[in-house]
Amino acid sequence: MTVQPFLLEMKGISKFFNGIKAISNVNLNIRKGTVHALMGENGAGKSTTMKILSGIYKPTEGTILMEGKEIFPNTPKVALDYGIAMIHQELSPIFEMTVAENIFLGREPLYSKVHLVNYPKMYKDTKKMFENLDLSINPKKKMKELSVSEIQMVEIVKAVSYDSKVIIMDEPTSSLADKEVEQLFSIINRLKKDGKGIIYISHKMDEIFRISDDITVFRDGEYISTNLAKDLDQETLIKQMVGRELTDVFPERNRSVKEEIALSVEGISAPGYFENVSFQVKKGEILGLTGLMGAGRTEVAKAIFGMIPIESGSIKLKGEPINIKEPKDAIKHGIALVTEDRKEEGLVLPMSVKQNITLSSLKSVSSGPMMKKNTEKQVADDMIKSLKIKTHHRNQLVETLSGGNQQKIVLAKWLLTNPTILILDEPTRGIDIGAKTEIYKLMDHLTKEGYSIIMISSEMPEVLGMSDRIIVLSEGKVMGTLSPKEATQEKILSLATANKVEV
Amino acid sequence: MNSQLSTNSYKETKENSNAKFKHLLSEYGILLALLGMAVALTILSPNFLTSANMLNLFKQVSINAVLAIGMTFVILTKGIDLSVGSILAFSGIITASLVVGNDTNLLLGIVAGLGAGLFLGAVNGIIIAKWKVTPFIATLGMMAIARGLTYIYSEGQPISGLSDAFLVIGTGGFLGIPISVWVVLVVFIICTLLLYHTKFGRYVYAVGGNENAARTSGLNVDRTLMSVYCISGLLAGLAGVLLTSRISSGLPQSGISYELDAIAAVVIGGTSLMGGRGRLWGTLVGALIIGVLNNGLDLLAVSSYWQQVIKGTIIIIAVLVDRKRT
Ligand SMILES: Nc1ncnc2c1ncn2[C@@H]1O[C@H](COP(=O)(O)OP(=O)(O)OP(=O)(O)O)[C@@H](O)[C@H]1O
Ligand SMILES: [Mg+2]
Repeated sequence: MTVQPFLLEMKGISKFFNGIKAISNVNLNIRKGTVHALMGENGAGKSTTMKILSGIYKPTEGTILMEGKEIFPNTPKVALDYGIAMIHQELSPIFEMTVAENIFLGREPLYSKVHLVNYPKMYKDTKKMFENLDLSINPKKKMKELSVSEIQMVEIVKAVSYDSKVIIMDEPTSSLADKEVEQLFSIINRLKKDGKGIIYISHKMDEIFRISDDITVFRDGEYISTNLAKDLDQETLIKQMVGRELTDVFPERNRSVKEEIALSVEGISAPGYFENVSFQVKKGEILGLTGLMGAGRTEVAKAIFGMIPIESGSIKLKGEPINIKEPKDAIKHGIALVTEDRKEEGLVLPMSVKQNITLSSLKSVSSGPMMKKNTEKQVADDMIKSLKIKTHHRNQLVETLSGGNQQKIVLAKWLLTNPTILILDEPTRGIDIGAKTEIYKLMDHLTKEGYSIIMISSEMPEVLGMSDRIIVLSEGKVMGTLSPKEATQEKILSLATANKVEV
Repeated sequence: MNSQLSTNSYKETKENSNAKFKHLLSEYGILLALLGMAVALTILSPNFLTSANMLNLFKQVSINAVLAIGMTFVILTKGIDLSVGSILAFSGIITASLVVGNDTNLLLGIVAGLGAGLFLGAVNGIIIAKWKVTPFIATLGMMAIARGLTYIYSEGQPISGLSDAFLVIGTGGFLGIPISVWVVLVVFIICTLLLYHTKFGRYVYAVGGNENAARTSGLNVDRTLMSVYCISGLLAGLAGVLLTSRISSGLPQSGISYELDAIAAVVIGGTSLMGGRGRLWGTLVGALIIGVLNNGLDLLAVSSYWQQVIKGTIIIIAVLVDRKRT
């Protein structure tokens, strides 16, 4: 493994924020033409290390070598010049600009004589890039018109188009559908053949073993190990990441779903999103809601929660019709929605961990108009502990938390409202395997206490492993309901694509 | 191994204290700036640190401080209130008209002035929260409307001959401290309680930090927005009453461009125009910095043209320094 020189070496890198350690003395060696997976729990320091490499943060200590020569990627621009491109975990496209303008931002093609942007060339080049990669996105569309997964693909194309030597992908598949994941993997294979080095971060184990050559593990900001992927198995890897044995990901199935119907949705329609959707959730049940991206699952959840108005149909809580116009009304009726997009709808980034956790239940930590600060601290600390949120302090701003820990904050906020109906939209997106297990346990525990859960998920193992019943949506319509016994990945997929085949 | 560990931990603590110092500096830097200015002026001008000058300075600052405290609420929600100067004039003229002569109802005059401010603030709030007009445009409109109403009501004439009792607000003192300064202190304490010890305060920060998330979390965003413009209007009304009493007449042209000083105080104080980040004590310090600057430059006989240049420069520097903080 050490015969050929490394393409990139990071040696003894440390980073402190306001005197608090994020990573200390970590190493990472990337070989040419390989995919190097960087693994670790939420907050282990993966993104921080990559931000150092791509010039966003300056390391407190350590050296970086590219092809044996020391480099100093002090800004993203300099890092790009050294041949390091990064796809960020938290996407930040310029929504008002077109796809092509985003891709060519800062390096727009110019007419040779006059220094004006050559738009025709820009659009043509973008179109060619997409065609080469078999993507069907219109380069002239504005970014704000794209779906999350399309935005992700654009960012991938952009990073690849710099023709860099090292390409960092920080959780690129967290919002991609299967088909797009395959497209990404074929892009990665092509990059490998061209001798690039790819650093790949993901919490999806199956992906890691499919595409990576080397695997480096971090834990609590420290370097743990580097191995060839073929020398590792999933158990060993998880043990290195978590620091202990992790036996079962999913809790044992011994739930007793009551006959009592907690929530029933009767023929609700919201034009453009979904039509005539009906289902029921029983007390103590986990109802899996699945389908392809864009099937209308998120929209159904938002409609129940009062974020999208429904045109017809009704929603009944314990048999009583309820009228929900705004999230406020839903919360009053004991419904909670952990939204899919944590940055847009979930978190107030400049507020602290504590303030975000209590945001939806300020009533319970105040008397009259006044806040009860001590109660609030207590409540927040309890949540931090029980969800194992990795934060230096309850007053840390959530914007400085790792992605997975941010997700836990959103979950904590909603658990605190004591809902009877908990709707989870992609609850484990970006969450590490240990924390996932914790969340599954928690879901199981909640149902035993009489909560009902609607879980929207694109992750098959999760849908199959957790649901008591599975509803498959396609193009805004319910295609069928499966019991966990009869459900298989194939059956779900065939229902999810049924509409598409017919057309 | 052992020695390596100890060097590591040594580095850690050094890094630690260094970073903490930087953090403190950026957090409380404006206090240092204020102190520095005061020390410099004390050395440069014998007239600066005299009780007469101090009383004068605090009285001057009090008007802007009251406006700026209200403005802080608005800016924290990612808004802006350009109408405070005009509302100040409107409230001032209403109060003045009701306290002409010595046998008038003082309380009625003051309450009417405050009420006028609150009312116009509420109109701002409705336009912004219910009709979804951007705060800049809504309050720009209100700036013209309130100014126009002031001229209409006063027929363009100043109102003088106010009751002696009313003038005490602007000229009198309590325990050797001017009443207007007491007013600022009371307003500051109430608003600090409101912002940091009530649910409402939390709503203000949440709405400014991420309106979408606030709505999804079940907060009443519209009511929060309504409230902050009401607070700003009410405090502009209060400032109008204070100013009218101090200059012992109602002037329809008073308060022109006061909104700019108020915004400057908020920004110098470290509150972000992007919403959701900021602090009320900073605004008070910001208002003091502007006040000391005005006062000091006067004492040093700097021409008023240069004063403007210097003030503008300080505002820009404050924002640049502040960007390091966040
Ligand atoms: N700007 C910052 N200020 C303070 N602390 C920070 C900052 N950025 C990151 N951290 C801290 O550094 C640690 C590592 O975070 P990082 O984002 O690198 O984790 P990660 O391994 O990418 O996790 P995830 O899998 O959840 O994305 C965390 O404890 C985080 O709170
Ligand atoms: Mg990360």
